[in-house]
Amino acid sequence: MALETLIESLPSLFDGLLITLLLTAFGIVLGTTLGIVLATGRSYASRPLAYLILIYEKVLRGIPLLVLFFLLYFGLPQIGINFNAFTAAVLGLGLRSSAYQAQIYRGAINSIPEGQIHAAYSLGMSKLKAIRHVIMPQMLRLSIPGWSNEFTILLKDTSLAFGIGVIELMRQGRYIQVRDPDLVLVVFLLIALIFFLLVFTANKILRYVEKKYQMAGYQVEAHR
Amino acid sequence: MAVLEVKDIYKAYGNVEILKGVSFTMEKEETKVIIGPSGTGKSTLLRCINQLSPPDKGQVWLDGEEITNPKTNINKIREKIGFVFQDFNLFNHLTALRNVSIGLEKVKRIEKEAAKTRALQELTRVGLDAQASQYPAQLSGGQKQRVGIARALAMDPDVILFDEPTSALDPELIGDVLDVMKSLCGKVAMLVVTHEMGFARNVADEIIFMEGGVIVEQGPPKEMFTNAKLARTREFLGRIGALYGEEETGG
Repeated sequence: MALETLIESLPSLFDGLLITLLLTAFGIVLGTTLGIVLATGRSYASRPLAYLILIYEKVLRGIPLLVLFFLLYFGLPQIGINFNAFTAAVLGLGLRSSAYQAQIYRGAINSIPEGQIHAAYSLGMSKLKAIRHVIMPQMLRLSIPGWSNEFTILLKDTSLAFGIGVIELMRQGRYIQVRDPDLVLVVFLLIALIFFLLVFTANKILRYVEKKYQMAGYQVEAHR
Repeated sequence: MAVLEVKDIYKAYGNVEILKGVSFTMEKEETKVIIGPSGTGKSTLLRCINQLSPPDKGQVWLDGEEITNPKTNINKIREKIGFVFQDFNLFNHLTALRNVSIGLEKVKRIEKEAAKTRALQELTRVGLDAQASQYPAQLSGGQKQRVGIARALAMDPDVILFDEPTSALDPELIGDVLDVMKSLCGKVAMLVVTHEMGFARNVADEIIFMEGGVIVEQGPPKEMFTNAKLARTREFLGRIGALYGEEETGG
């Protein structure tokens, strides 16, 4: 009886998983793109702009994600800006992640000796070219370990989108629980297992990427 | 016509005046060596020339063009001024070959394969063709510096500025770098800041002795070493010669 309900519910968990993966994908793309722009801006843009970016980072790192979700989804409509729940969740995840990722990239930029920029200029590169061909490739490589961390945090935090009604994995689990309260332990263990496997697989893949793209002589041995 | 003309350069960092009116000219394919005590503004002078730190006052002319003029496209100009750094500043994520070819590809817009062929020629010229596929971290200091020289040469510059190219090297690695520099003599104009008195004496067409932000004395090495006009020049050359062993590195 309970087992039957569980089996019947599995397709809905798959639907939820799909939404979770979409939230992760859109969120990380937004967070990474914006994070790179912010970090580059903070290191190379004019002072007022760099200062604005600093404020942005501080604010977004200081607000709990759920509060950010509520602001975006319930708060903004009051001033006429409407997002659907999915979009609000992607924005919340992406914006917050961009603030954290900017830190990762800025750390990486700072670890690249400044002389390399001078060398790039000396070859006749513009600032933009130097950033693109000298700084960016090194920054991205150096950022992979930190980015992996941020990626798994974002993946897990998609479950908070449950709070604004996005029907992702967590919300689907909750539906099953409501239908048959006896399944609560099994269902959430199952959801926990799904998250764990996603994170585990992602880390394996990223570790491989990290190894593949590390610069000779700059191996950062991570003992895990 | 002079390839490089430096006219009355002044440069201060904050309240500290580093350069207080430096002028000299360089002919095509001439080798000039700048010597002088530390903190005298030699490196600053080089950075003023390629505008890495633009001078506060004065002019720099390259090939009859005033490059200190704010209207000049400095990136275009820097293609013609090679720079070799004390601490190499190779691009760590690129192989020796790509370090040399990247300027050709991304700045001169030469097609990738052609750029690599050219880069390999320059690496061969500095004796590092066998190390083409190695990354900077896998090279010795002397090899890194030779890659740095090849990187500058590949751009086919009018003049190459050397900022103490051997100062960060172990003594036994200096010779290779100096040999490469000697081999360039008469092929491209070189302006070299160095403490290698042997190089200055045997290779330079002219020596410039700087102290306190000004040129104290300049002249052909023979004259400077044996018959300097000023007592201060004689004193400095005597002391630095004893210190850096002009005989051993004399080559």
